[in-house]
Amino acid sequence: MTALLDRIAKAASTTAFGLSALAVAFFLFAAAVVVGFLFWQTNKLFTDQVLATLTAESRILSSELKVGGQGKLIETVTALSRPEGLGLYYLADTSGSKIAGNLNRIPPELDTDGHGGVFSYQPSEGDGPAHLAVAIPVDLGPDLRLIVGRDVEDQRAFANSIRSVFLLGFGLLSIVGLLGGLAVSRRIVNRMDQITATSRQIMDGDLSQRIPTTGRGGELDGLASNLNEMLDRIESLMNGLREVSDNIAHDLKTPLNRLRNSAEAALRDSRGEDAYREGLERTIEKADELIKTFNALLLIARLEAGPLEDSTETFDLGRLVADVSELYSPAAEEAGFALAIEVEQGVFVCGNRQLIGQAMANLIDNAIKYSRGGEPGSTITVRAYRLDGQPAISVGDHGPGITEADRERALKRFVRLEASRTKPGTGLGLSLVAAVARLHHGEVRLEDNYPGLKVVLLLSSKCLIATAEGQGVAAAGIAAQ
Amino acid sequence: MTNSGSSVFQTAGLPRRLGDSRLNSERSEDEGRTQIMRVLVIEDDKETALFLQKSLKENGHTADLAHDGEAGLSLAADGAYDVLIVDRMLPRLDGLSLIKSLRTEGNRTPVLILSALGEVDDRVKGLRAGGDDYLTKPYAYSELLARVEALGRRTAPEEQQTRYSVGDLVLDRLSHRVTRGGEHILLQPREYRLLEYLMQHAGQVVTRTMLLEHVWDYHFDPQTNVIDVHVSRLRAKIDKNFDKPLLHTVRGAGYTIRDGPA
Repeated sequence: MTALLDRIAKAASTTAFGLSALAVAFFLFAAAVVVGFLFWQTNKLFTDQVLATLTAESRILSSELKVGGQGKLIETVTALSRPEGLGLYYLADTSGSKIAGNLNRIPPELDTDGHGGVFSYQPSEGDGPAHLAVAIPVDLGPDLRLIVGRDVEDQRAFANSIRSVFLLGFGLLSIVGLLGGLAVSRRIVNRMDQITATSRQIMDGDLSQRIPTTGRGGELDGLASNLNEMLDRIESLMNGLREVSDNIAHDLKTPLNRLRNSAEAALRDSRGEDAYREGLERTIEKADELIKTFNALLLIARLEAGPLEDSTETFDLGRLVADVSELYSPAAEEAGFALAIEVEQGVFVCGNRQLIGQAMANLIDNAIKYSRGGEPGSTITVRAYRLDGQPAISVGDHGPGITEADRERALKRFVRLEASRTKPGTGLGLSLVAAVARLHHGEVRLEDNYPGLKVVLLLSSKCLIATAEGQGVAAAGIAAQ
Repeated sequence: MTNSGSSVFQTAGLPRRLGDSRLNSERSEDEGRTQIMRVLVIEDDKETALFLQKSLKENGHTADLAHDGEAGLSLAADGAYDVLIVDRMLPRLDGLSLIKSLRTEGNRTPVLILSALGEVDDRVKGLRAGGDDYLTKPYAYSELLARVEALGRRTAPEEQQTRYSVGDLVLDRLSHRVTRGGEHILLQPREYRLLEYLMQHAGQVVTRTMLLEHVWDYHFDPQTNVIDVHVSRLRAKIDKNFDKPLLHTVRGAGYTIRDGPA
């Protein structure tokens, strides 16, 4: 019972309830104004009607007096004064003593010098409740006083019944409105309670919780599914963070340990200055490796945190690809590779040139590192093209490739598939490429190059700048210079 | 196989080869060749500041120190320095505001910004604020020295020369012709740009990162020895058939082109 009261109190204190109570109050006020006006109008209509009747009657009676004299008037008044009739009369002489009529006395509420008005009187027979009546005096000259009235008790009863119907209606409206408000707020409170409970569980550390949705698609469902999407994102970020801290432990601690070892070994070395020098050189080398890993981590974290502030520019993707390839081609040739460049002209993109260049450099560097050069057919193919309206860069080699099962894993941070453990590198190259792709709302695809690996860096079609035919030609001109 | 190890943005600075410690003694032998510069180091970390002061002195330059932004600004505004080294995060007045107020006062002293923030957009912000060069911490001293010397030279009038010559090697910027001992040397466009940059900084050490930034306009570390291969190709063209080599490798730092002892 108290629980129910609690819930009701809770519902009553909600915004939803407050709003519905306010709406009910406004509605009642408007209804009261309308009803009051109606009531006043009706009352006026009835009163006017009664007054018109009384005026007509007084005119008839005064003409009776003129035509038939006092006797005729007394006769008529007496005839009209039926006990059950609605007409009320009082005829008196100048001294004030009653000559005829069904009223017992001049009602004290009426002005003695002759204005009409409302009064209450006791009907002649019986001792029921006093009735309400309206009367006006009739001017019959100095010798007679006549008051003509009308019983309006029926109208009063009618008005009373209307008033109670309205009061009842208002009461009912308020109660139903407030109960409705309570019911609505109970529903909202229930949904809110679900959301609150879920968020509390999440605050307690269970990030897998999600807010239930009804599937009816209301705004609360919209809110819930938005919150759920936000939670998905937070969960994936949290998982990423956890993964990173696990991997930092491994990939930063190991070189840190090596650095420490080499410094210690140099200190212990008995050869003196030369050994110290060598040791310090090794230490710097190891510190540099650490710094590189650190920088890579920070950059990836920065890219995943959201777009970079005004660092986008419009450039010719083909030209960038040709440029970076040109930078690498002597090194590739020395390693025994032929670098084949296939560039589609006029692919203008809006993006971060440095980052896309970096991503390409990583891909070419990987291709050189992980496939064998100096063999027939050891070609690395670099392409810039449009794939279904999306700007794309691909780097393909004919090395051992990555098995389909390992492809998704290879894009994750710090993942170094077995072969790479012996190769230098931070293990972050492909993850950085993936982060650059995400920054440009694109994706990275690892494909079979039959044989070998082909990495495709796809940028969003939004990054593609619409090019007219002429621009493509102009770009070709620039590239040729 | 794993395709994941590779390079990342990196910023200027880490020598690909070792032997930084030897650089100082090596450089001091030809001290006369590099212009002596007055440098103001505005850096709140005293240890770093003292290290820079000591190292710059060893290389024949003079260095004053300021440990916060306000002190740095008043020194920079009063003294005639050749180069300012400004840390980006300083107490009292941050590095970028310092540079901005210097520039509004019309002070055009070249500024090298040092920053722990190395991301792409931070570099852009730094240069937009009026900085001339940007170096990310942690950096190698050899990289810093090379950049400071390159910046100090920028104010020198010979910058807009149309002809560079080192020994008998001549580069004509109008006709894009390179000759050595009167003999025409045919260079690829990129090799020409590389030589032009080296000759513009003749007698100074130019690091691999500086070459990558100025000749290729990339601000990332390509990890592999891509620059070395380009330089050795250039060297094959300009030095191979001649007795006296002009393009030298400075161990632990980079390259220099000069007519002098190897």
